[in-house]
Amino acid sequence: MNDPMIKAEELTRKFGDFTAVDHISFEVGAGEIFGFLGANGAGKTTAMRMLTGLLVPTEGEATVAGYDVYKQPEQIKKRIGYMSQKFSLYEDLTVRENIRLYGGIYDLGDQQIKQKSDELVNMLGMNELQNKMIGSLPLGWKQKLAFSVALLHEPDIVFLDEPTGGVDPITRRQFWEQIYKVAEEGTTVFVTTHYMDEAEYCDRVSIMVDGNIDALDTPAGLKEEFEADDIEEVFIRLARGAERGE
Amino acid sequence: MQTIRFLLQKEFLQVFRNKAMLPIIFLMPIVQLVLLSFAATYELREVNFHLVDFDQSATSQRLVNKLEVSGYFNLQSRSFDIDQGIEEMRKNEIRMVLVIPEDFDRNLSSAQPSTVQMNIDAVDGATAGLIQAYGQSIIQDFSSEITTEVSTNEFAQRAGIEIIPASWYNPNLDYIQYMVPGILVVLVSMIGMFLSGMNIVREREIGTIEQLNVTPIKRYQFITGKLLPFWVIGLFELGLGLAIAHFGFGIPFVGSVWLLFAIGGIYLLVVEGIGLFISTITHTQQQAMFIAWFIMVVFILMGGLFTPIESMPGWAQELAVINPVAHFIKIMRMVLLKGAGWADIQHLVGMLTLMAAVILPAAIFRYRKATS
Repeated sequence: MNDPMIKAEELTRKFGDFTAVDHISFEVGAGEIFGFLGANGAGKTTAMRMLTGLLVPTEGEATVAGYDVYKQPEQIKKRIGYMSQKFSLYEDLTVRENIRLYGGIYDLGDQQIKQKSDELVNMLGMNELQNKMIGSLPLGWKQKLAFSVALLHEPDIVFLDEPTGGVDPITRRQFWEQIYKVAEEGTTVFVTTHYMDEAEYCDRVSIMVDGNIDALDTPAGLKEEFEADDIEEVFIRLARGAERGE
Repeated sequence: MQTIRFLLQKEFLQVFRNKAMLPIIFLMPIVQLVLLSFAATYELREVNFHLVDFDQSATSQRLVNKLEVSGYFNLQSRSFDIDQGIEEMRKNEIRMVLVIPEDFDRNLSSAQPSTVQMNIDAVDGATAGLIQAYGQSIIQDFSSEITTEVSTNEFAQRAGIEIIPASWYNPNLDYIQYMVPGILVVLVSMIGMFLSGMNIVREREIGTIEQLNVTPIKRYQFITGKLLPFWVIGLFELGLGLAIAHFGFGIPFVGSVWLLFAIGGIYLLVVEGIGLFISTITHTQQQAMFIAWFIMVVFILMGGLFTPIESMPGWAQELAVINPVAHFIKIMRMVLLKGAGWADIQHLVGMLTLMAAVILPAAIFRYRKATS
């Protein structure tokens, strides 16, 4: 592995007396699909928000795509894509208008935006929906679109915060096909999920409990270490010890 | 610049697509000007009064007639009991009880001083003052008529000073002319302070701002994208409002309208700065709305829209220095009604510019893409 895409050392975030993320250290290599698991409230989203420059860490070090999270957050932002847990494209804009807006923000030229929009709309099979307000689309479509928009500027890393939450199994499957596709093209994927079958698709998986990373290995390695049949069993065994409730 | 173009396009699309807000943006200046100008009037009309006439003479009857034909007073009821009149006043049936004493006619015909009593409902102090002033003027007029009739020699007519009033800049003492420029200021303030600030908090509330915050978008690009559309809409409202004021209400444009637009541009930056600042310290639209309203009401009450700043206590007058609404209302009235030019208002414009130079950078500084 060359220089890691993400490198966190003793990364910590406190909110008052509460330590949401407690000195976590890990590395994610280029082109890897990294599954970031943990129960609700374990600190996954907080960690992800620190890596994407939305939240300033309290302590520790981290670099993303080689840039420091404290000193070069704007450099990081040019190289990452992000899809938040909560759908956050503009519901009162059409599919095409949302693509155009984010294309413009990422400094793509008019020509490039048009070309990308056509490509995207075709790939998603949204030809008939392209001039519809996003608010009127079903959740699965919205999520697929949000994922594509996060990849619009061809980032080095894409952060996906529970991308398949509330989505039907077929769409979920299509989603993971897309994830594999972008990973093959060399994009690093950092993904959180609550679906343990999805964890099996990842190259490596980390499991957070109470702000700490309690386990980090390939899915096969984890099953072997914990003598479990599947990741779900590993997860439950670790998460059961958690002190933070829902 | 490229990014800003896309942001502006997005904001305008959203504004023009907002079916709840768009009609209000166009209707607001019309409704506010028409309603407020007609409703917020200090003109006196048809004051109902109760008469207690103990004199029952031709002279007392003449006084009552004179009050009635003036058009300002209307005899509602009569009795020989003052308490009954006061009771009617308590029920809001009348606003004045006029009491004429029993020796009224005798005193007047023998050139002796006489009295009448006006009991006025003073719950609304301003109207009470008007009733007193109108009533006094009519009764005094009547008094001099009577004096002329009964005095046989000319020397008995007392020499006096007659005052000839001339009302400048608003010759008909038209209240609407005074109110409309002020209401235009309120209108522009609402667009600037509420729409721009609320827009950012809304994005925070529904979460769309997070997607923007993970992009390399620059602070100045984001802020410009948020302020410029409402700056344009604010100036459009000012233009629409001025047109209605001029063609609908006959408000004169004595001074330069272009000067007003230029100052309106600066003023909008001040109120947008305040709105933006509020948006940086709040998390929900409800909080932002509440704070913005609080500030707006204080600004309006202390800004000389309804009552002159000059009659406020000293501390309130000093506070008016930092009240942008007060400055712009003053500028509006001076330019529109008095034809003030740049030299007359430059100190006020200077104050507005200073405010914009303080609040805007403060708000931009407070706006952060990352939570610390």
